[in-house]
Amino acid sequence: MARVSIRINGVLHEADVEPRLLLVHFIRDVAGLTGTNIGCDTSQCGACTVIMNGRAAKSCTFLAVQCDGAEILTIEGLAKDGQLHPIQQAFWEKHGLQCGYCTPGMIMTAYHFLQMNPNPTEEEIRHALEGNICRCTGYHNIVKAIQYAAELMRGGAPAPTPAD
Amino acid sequence: MFPATFEYYAPTSLEEALNLLRQNPEAKVLAGGHSLIPAMKLRLATPPALVDLRRIPGLSGIRLEGDQLVIGAMTTYYDVQTSELVRQHVPVLAEATDVVGDLQVRNWGTVGGSLAHSDPAGDYPAIILALGAEVRARGPQGERTIPIDQFFVGMFTTALQPGEILTEVRIPVMGPGTGAAYVKFPHPASRYAVVGVCAVVGREDNICRQARIAVTGATLYATRATAAEQALQGQTLNADTIRAAAERAPEGLTITGDRVFASEEYRTHLVRVLTRRALMAAVEKIR
Ligand SMILES: Cc1cc2nc3c(=O)[nH]c(=O)nc-3n(C[C@H](O)[C@H](O)[C@H](O)COP(=O)(O)OP(=O)(O)OC[C@H]3O[C@@H](n4cnc5c(N)ncnc54)[C@H](O)[C@@H]3O)c2cc1C
Ligand code: FES
Ligand code: FES
Repeated sequence: MARVSIRINGVLHEADVEPRLLLVHFIRDVAGLTGTNIGCDTSQCGACTVIMNGRAAKSCTFLAVQCDGAEILTIEGLAKDGQLHPIQQAFWEKHGLQCGYCTPGMIMTAYHFLQMNPNPTEEEIRHALEGNICRCTGYHNIVKAIQYAAELMRGGAPAPTPAD
Repeated sequence: MFPATFEYYAPTSLEEALNLLRQNPEAKVLAGGHSLIPAMKLRLATPPALVDLRRIPGLSGIRLEGDQLVIGAMTTYYDVQTSELVRQHVPVLAEATDVVGDLQVRNWGTVGGSLAHSDPAGDYPAIILALGAEVRARGPQGERTIPIDQFFVGMFTTALQPGEILTEVRIPVMGPGTGAAYVKFPHPASRYAVVGVCAVVGREDNICRQARIAVTGATLYATRATAAEQALQGQTLNADTIRAAAERAPEGLTITGDRVFASEEYRTHLVRVLTRRALMAAVEKIR
C-alpha cells in the first residue's frame, strides 16, 4: 500500500492505496465523485477525461500513485455557486448531448482545449476531440456547443440560440 | 480492468532509479505510461515492479546545444508542440507531433517513451530516425550515445540494455537548404500509423545532396528506405525524380500486412504513395 494525497476540485483526498489502483477509481470510489465515467477502459474513448495539473488526462490511463500531489479538476468542480460553467451552459443550450455518457469527458477536454485556443475553427475543435468518442450525437452539436462556449468565454454577447 | 500487482518506486534521482533497476532486474521504467499502462491493464505486460521517472528532476526540457536540439526523455509531446525552439530549429517535429494519438495522449506521452517503446506503428521512431538524431542513455556502465541508425532493432525492441535509461535525444538542427515532412495514414479508430513516412532532404544548387527517408507502420520497426534515398542522391529535385525514387521506397524493406486491416500489398502501395508525398512536402519546405 502507498499513501497518496490528491487534491480534487480543491479538496484534499488522502488514502492508502494499492499501486495498481487507477486514478479513475480513486476519483470515483475513494473520493466518491462519480461524474467521471468509465467508457472503454482501454484509453480510447475519453469518457474518463479530467484536468490534471492544467492538462486534459484520461484518468483510466494513470495510476493513482503517479498522481500523488496532483491537482485534479473533474466535472463536479466546474459549476460555481449553482451557476453552470459556460461550457456546460453551451452543451445544454446547443443540445451537445443525448445519453450524456461521453459528456463529462467532452467538457473536460474542451476545457483544456479552449484555454489553449480560445477562438478555434470547426476543424480545430474536431481535431481536439479525436480522443473522445460519442456513440449518440454524431458530434455535430458537440462541436457547435464548444464553438458557442468559446464565444461565451471570450465574453462576447451570447449569440442568439437558433433552433439549429 | 486493472493491472496485476506490482511494486511501485518513485525515485528522485537518476542514480536511485538505476540502483532500483539493478535490484529489480524484471522492473520496467514508467514514463508517461500511455503505452505501458494500457498493456498492463490488458495483462499483456505484468512487470513485478515499476520505476517511475516522473519525479527525477532534469529529465525533461528542451535546449539548444551547438547545432543540436536536445530534448529530455520525459519531455511530453505537448511540450514539443508548444516549444518555440522546436518550431525554429526542427519545425517538422512540432508539425508532426500534432498527428500523434490525440490531445490527451499528447499531453502525457513522452519523447523517451515513444522511442524506447519502438512501437511498430509509432510516429516518433520514423521521424527521429529520418532526422538522423542520436540518443543518450545511462546504465550500470555509465553514459553512452547511440546513433539512431543503431537504436531500433526490432518490434518493441531497441539497443537499450536491461537496466539502461534513455535520458535524452539529440537532433541536428535543420540548416538552410534543408526541408522535412512527415506524412501519415492513420488508422481511423486508433490513430496509430497504418503507414507513416518521414522525409528529410538537403538541396544545394538544386541538386539533392542528402535524403533520409524513414518508414513506420509497414515494417516491424522504424526502418530507412535506403533505395529511395540513393535514387535521389545527386538528382535534380522535381516531381519526376521524386516519383521515380518513391517507386523504389519498398525495396529492401520487410513489409508486413495483417488480415484484418491492411494487407502487405496495400501497405507496400502506401509506402510508395506516402514517400512521394513526404518528399514533395519536404522539398516545398526547404528554407
Ligand atoms: C489512445 C492512444 C493513442 C495513441 N496513438 C498513438 C499514435 O498515433 N502514434 C504514436 O506514436 N503513439 C501513439 N500512442 C502511444 C503514445 O505515443 C505513448 O505515450 C508513447 O508511445 C509511449 O510514451 P510513454 O511516455 O507513454 O511511455 P510508457 O508507456 O511509460 O513506456 C513505454 C515503454 O518504454 C519504456 N520506457 C519509457 N521511457 C523510458 C526511458 N526514458 N528509458 C528506458 N525505457 C523507457 C517503458 O519501460 C515501456 O516499456 C497512443 C497511445 C494511446 C493511449
Ligand atoms: S475509459 Fe478512459 S479512455 Fe475510455
Ligand atoms: S451523448 Fe451518448 S455517448 Fe455521447
